[in-house]
Amino acid sequence: MTVYFIQAFIYLCAAVIAVPIAKRLGLGSVLGYLIAGVVIGPVTGLVGSETVTIQHFAEFGVVMMLFLVGLELEPRMLWEMRNKLIGLGGLQVGLSTALIMSGCLLLGLDWRMSLAIGMLLSLSSTAIVLQTFQEKGLSKSEGGKSAFSVLLFQDIAVIPMLAFIPLLAMPELAGSVVAGEDDHHGSVDLVSHLPGWLYGLVVLASIAVVVVGGRFLCRPLFRFIAETGLREMFTATALMLVIGIAALMSLVGLSPALGTFLAGVVLANSEFRHELETDIEPFKGILLGLFFITVGAGINFGVISDNMLIVGAAVVGIMLIKAAVLFSLARLFRITRHDGWLFTLSLAQAGEFGFVLLSFTVQNHVVSQEISNILSPVIAITMFLTPLLFILFDKVVLRFYEQSEEEKSVDDIADKGTVIVAGIGRFGQIINRLLIANDIPTVVLDYSSTVIDNVNKVNMKTWYGDASRPDLLHTAGIEEARLLVVAIDDQHRAVDMVKHVKEFHPHVTVLARAFDRAHGYDLSSAGADMVISETYYSALELGGEALKALDVHPFKAEQMKMAFSKTDHESREEVYQEWLKGDGDNRFTRSWITLFLEIEQRLVAAIKRNRIEGHDRSESGWTPPPKDYLDEFD
Amino acid sequence: MPKKILILYAHPAQDQSEVNVQMFAKALNIEHVTCVDLYAEYPQHDINVELEQERLRQHDVVIFLFPLYWYSTPAILKDWMDLVLEYNFAYGKQGKVLEGKVLLPVISAGGAEVAYQEDGYNHFSIRELLRPLEQTANFCFMQFIAPFILFGARTAVEEGRLSDHLRRWHTLLQALIDDRVNIDKAKDLEHLSVDFEGILQ
Repeated sequence: MTVYFIQAFIYLCAAVIAVPIAKRLGLGSVLGYLIAGVVIGPVTGLVGSETVTIQHFAEFGVVMMLFLVGLELEPRMLWEMRNKLIGLGGLQVGLSTALIMSGCLLLGLDWRMSLAIGMLLSLSSTAIVLQTFQEKGLSKSEGGKSAFSVLLFQDIAVIPMLAFIPLLAMPELAGSVVAGEDDHHGSVDLVSHLPGWLYGLVVLASIAVVVVGGRFLCRPLFRFIAETGLREMFTATALMLVIGIAALMSLVGLSPALGTFLAGVVLANSEFRHELETDIEPFKGILLGLFFITVGAGINFGVISDNMLIVGAAVVGIMLIKAAVLFSLARLFRITRHDGWLFTLSLAQAGEFGFVLLSFTVQNHVVSQEISNILSPVIAITMFLTPLLFILFDKVVLRFYEQSEEEKSVDDIADKGTVIVAGIGRFGQIINRLLIANDIPTVVLDYSSTVIDNVNKVNMKTWYGDASRPDLLHTAGIEEARLLVVAIDDQHRAVDMVKHVKEFHPHVTVLARAFDRAHGYDLSSAGADMVISETYYSALELGGEALKALDVHPFKAEQMKMAFSKTDHESREEVYQEWLKGDGDNRFTRSWITLFLEIEQRLVAAIKRNRIEGHDRSESGWTPPPKDYLDEFD
Repeated sequence: MPKKILILYAHPAQDQSEVNVQMFAKALNIEHVTCVDLYAEYPQHDINVELEQERLRQHDVVIFLFPLYWYSTPAILKDWMDLVLEYNFAYGKQGKVLEGKVLLPVISAGGAEVAYQEDGYNHFSIRELLRPLEQTANFCFMQFIAPFILFGARTAVEEGRLSDHLRRWHTLLQALIDDRVNIDKAKDLEHLSVDFEGILQ
């Protein structure tokens, strides 16, 4: 046990030191993790051979990441990108494989080995690329979306590759391989002995289980869990879901990443999306970080220095070939300007699936151990170089295009930005309907699944989650939001929420619903930009109706309402200041009550003066001049 | 001593405005000019009479900036006049607050200039149609000068006439601030563009 603690401490410690420094220096977190890995691995030797085991475990971070990516992607969007997925992705994998294979053939390798190497090096690193996109906010850009469709195709392509590679086996290698290379992908495998057609059926059935289960079973399950109100149960359920799907996929020999991605897409439309994202996100982050550290730690400087020239040439050659393919595809598919460069530079490395396939090829006697020993650091180095290419993109490409594209930014200003509505009860509904009717995009959160059920029936899309949780606000997009409407019932949570948002996201304007006067003051002092008492205007409205029912002229009644509202509004600040003077528990002090009564007098006086004398400054008067005023003009 | 200008802007549908929105925007950052968007400040026509009267006290030139609605101002400007120009403030024995100040209507009109003639389809000249405004100014001891008008405003952008008009608008504001407008001459014109250069000193 002690050993595990010490190891865990070393890994975490390296990450905690290296990542913030790398981030501060503008290198991005991925490079930070990689450097941390190099330091604790080959440089200081703090960690040893166990990194390989840990790496297999940490690859689960990639699985979780694809689940999260799936959650962001509705089935409709997936269908819309089918052309890119197959066209771009297919051509990238095909062309890269072909070119790298011909390179290997020129070096005099066997064609079967060359083909296998071509395939495994054509894949890019989903982990590094998506993580960096997310960090730099590039996911929604044209280049980012294209890169994503290529990565997705590659993840799918791994499956046929795994099926195909054994067919390339070279009998002459069979004797030379050391047995016992551990295959993390499926030491338990239910399907390897099945005939082809049955295997196909099993695969289809498992995919159907994921899709149908995700569609029809997950929602009742999550609703049931949500009603218990136990947050850790929700997290546990989310983890259970992801791990369960990964296990199912491994059992039938499919990629777990692909399975969870599918589950994510199925759940993208469900109201639990944001809550799921929030729960899985930290696990994904830590596992991915761990994965990057193990990549860094796994770099074998011995092999590199022995084969300095070969490794160097291979790294440069592979990245140039992949970049050339990507660049021509960008041209072909009209991904222009900086998007084209992003596409080219971001995917020019080999990836974590390369490691997986490499060990698989060795086991199946396709690639010799010596070649594998060289390729392994080559893959790691190309991954290591990727963050540097992103820096190149930031510093050179973006700078270059920024200068020529200044006039384009006008569009961004016209964009209204989103509104987050917290709470979709009786109050929030009206606000949301008004905003939606004006084409303003809203993200609605509520933590009562009964309420969500009801509003979803009338087509008001709502996400499940406790809106007062900072991390949920983050997934709901508080960073890009213009407005936050706090319309939740719970008074304390509302105040906490306003406080949090005003402290960490001061750019967001906060409009809040107050239960009563005291709550309104609490919200104001927490920093809310605008506070409306939930009953104030409806009561005023009904008061106006009462006047009209008593035969006051409707227009006059309207004026009276305005006068009331105005006097009340003018005194609000004064009363609030007095309230602030009181202490925390008993704000309604004697002097506050005195002031309140005085203002009440003022209100009555203002209205009475208007009613009796027919002339008052506090409201519009339409007052005629005195009856004898014409005498002056003779 | 630069003159201080108050622009009271009345347009109830600014998301559809092509002319007035631009004119208002052009005036926003000029020194000595106060810009008030009446519909924005009083969306429920709940005009703050005291504040508006104080604004009038502080300025030398009052400009009504509006699209012509049924040969008159949009409703809020009429409300503003009804409420703000009170007895013993704007008129009456003690009501000399506005004495000598200049009132200038700045208008966008849908019809072409030829329509505003006896034989045109509007039958009256723009000066005749604006008589109520002119007499209100007179009654308040103000100096009413001829309106600054963009005729055929619905097609001004398409026909490329707006930028010239905006340039003149800016020149006019600057001249009013520097007190370089010949008020007497400006009083007698049909509208200011008839002899724009002539009224600038």
